[in-house]
Amino acid sequence: MDIKGLERTANKVRIGIVTAVHSAKCGHPGGALSSADILTYLFFQEMNIDPANPKKEDRDRFVLSKGHSAPGYYSVLANRGFFPVEDLKTLRHTGSYLQGHPDMKHIPGVDMSSGSLGQGISAAVGMALGAKLKGVNNRVYCLLGDGEIEEGQVWEAAMFAGFRKLDNLVLIVDNNDLQIDGHLNEVCSPDPIDEKFKAFNFNVIKINGNDMTEVAKAFEDAKAVKDKPTAIIANTVKGKGVSFMENQAGWHGKAPNDEEFETAMKDLERLGEEIG
Amino acid sequence: MDKTKKIATRESYGNALAELGKEHDNVIVLDADLAAATKTSTFKKAFPDRHIDCGIAESNMMGIAAGLSTCGYVPFASTFAMFAAGRAYEQVRNSIGYPKLNVKIGATHAGISVGEDGASHQCNEDLALMRMIPGMTVICPADDIEAKAAVKAAYELEGPVYLRFGRLAVPIVNDNSDYKFEIGKGVKLLDGSDVTIIATGLEVAYALDAAEMLAAQGISAAVVNMHTIKPLDKELVLAEAARTKRIVTVEEHSVLGGLGGAVAEVLSENACAPLLRIGVNDVFGESGPATELVAKYGLDADGICGSITKWIKK
Repeated sequence: MDIKGLERTANKVRIGIVTAVHSAKCGHPGGALSSADILTYLFFQEMNIDPANPKKEDRDRFVLSKGHSAPGYYSVLANRGFFPVEDLKTLRHTGSYLQGHPDMKHIPGVDMSSGSLGQGISAAVGMALGAKLKGVNNRVYCLLGDGEIEEGQVWEAAMFAGFRKLDNLVLIVDNNDLQIDGHLNEVCSPDPIDEKFKAFNFNVIKINGNDMTEVAKAFEDAKAVKDKPTAIIANTVKGKGVSFMENQAGWHGKAPNDEEFETAMKDLERLGEEIG
Repeated sequence: MDKTKKIATRESYGNALAELGKEHDNVIVLDADLAAATKTSTFKKAFPDRHIDCGIAESNMMGIAAGLSTCGYVPFASTFAMFAAGRAYEQVRNSIGYPKLNVKIGATHAGISVGEDGASHQCNEDLALMRMIPGMTVICPADDIEAKAAVKAAYELEGPVYLRFGRLAVPIVNDNSDYKFEIGKGVKLLDGSDVTIIATGLEVAYALDAAEMLAAQGISAAVVNMHTIKPLDKELVLAEAARTKRIVTVEEHSVLGGLGGAVAEVLSENACAPLLRIGVNDVFGESGPATELVAKYGLDADGICGSITKWIKK
């Protein structure tokens, strides 16, 4: 898919996010919208996956360590054909398989259950190690929040991955600068994020995570690196694409009401037209 | 019972892993800088490529085990009970238990028989913590024979298993020729008519000695080895309650939430026998040689016998 096609798809993924969270009347739109471009590139371009055979052994793996961005994950999986897009409206409803946080036992395409911050990265590291030991030539991708990396377990996992030279592992930090209690700099800033991962023996790439061309280049560049895992520090805008949600910590975990939903859909419709 | 050759169940764990590694190439062992103590060093010697030292980072080790299990490996994640069930509780719950992954947790140095290291390292809460996780099988073997059988059975069972091993060398209690280990099935080692002692782990041997002492005082005690804490052998508990009308649980663990807690739940729902729980009485342990601590906390044969006589007389 070309860049324009990917941008168009990312916009559809955003529409799915807003629709799902609106229907659930709760959930986490901010960080799902900020990472929509990265998720789209991974699932529509980068990863070796098959919606008809979600468990095929040599598939690339993805772990959403920032599990609360589930609406983004589900929207991209649905748009990619793992399950009907219509089902996004059942997010968080009693009896739906679309749980509030990723559930590998019930959701096609989900490689690891997650949601408790800091834990997904360890499972991703285990998958990357398993692939190396088995000689399977696949790659493992793991999306983390910038607030999430305040968790100590992230650095235990990073230390292990760097030490073991897991070059089949790519971490992406969704660096939207906001966490629930406010700006990272007002809570407990993990900055400088790039220097930290460098110190843990990672190849570090900094990009604008809402620019599809930069996203594409980062994943391509990561493939050429041997003997080091890669950390892509993706600067993003929380709530990206929805005017009133952009850069607002308050939209971390809140659903739009009917009126806000209409505005959000108009915003995304207009963005869609701009992409063409 | 054979008291001539005592073996710590952690030794049995290491030996059993090395055996299992020969039979199955998907067995992979993880440790957190304690391989010499947990005895996974035995496996490491035989299969260095399948032994992953995660360093002093137990939370991450549990997650790595979860990830490896999704690649078709059967990981045995090993560390002290304090760190496996305590420090990494939430990782075990959310990254292993919730997705029902095929990870085995080999927890050594459980209970106060850790000895000299003291309260910070004496985990008397692990059975309770692990028992609360839906779908988790919890096994506490009594001796070398049972510990080896438990490791094999855990491998054969699809799903998460918590295995509790000890540091202290213990006698062999399961040396009878018809011994068979089955997850969820308690083993009656001694018959008796006045009281049934249900013990687990190293307390099984002490319970057998206590039963002999009780017999000398005219009290006929049955002894059950309850190696599986979850799923608990409810049928056996209820059958014994109906038969002897007095149940005593003995464990090297808090009286809250472990074997005593599990048996109390079964009995209270059926109201068929009074219960005495012998264990660590909601206190932290302390430093001292293991056998001295076991005696000090009333968990040796003398202590068990004394508690039971006092209880029956009352």
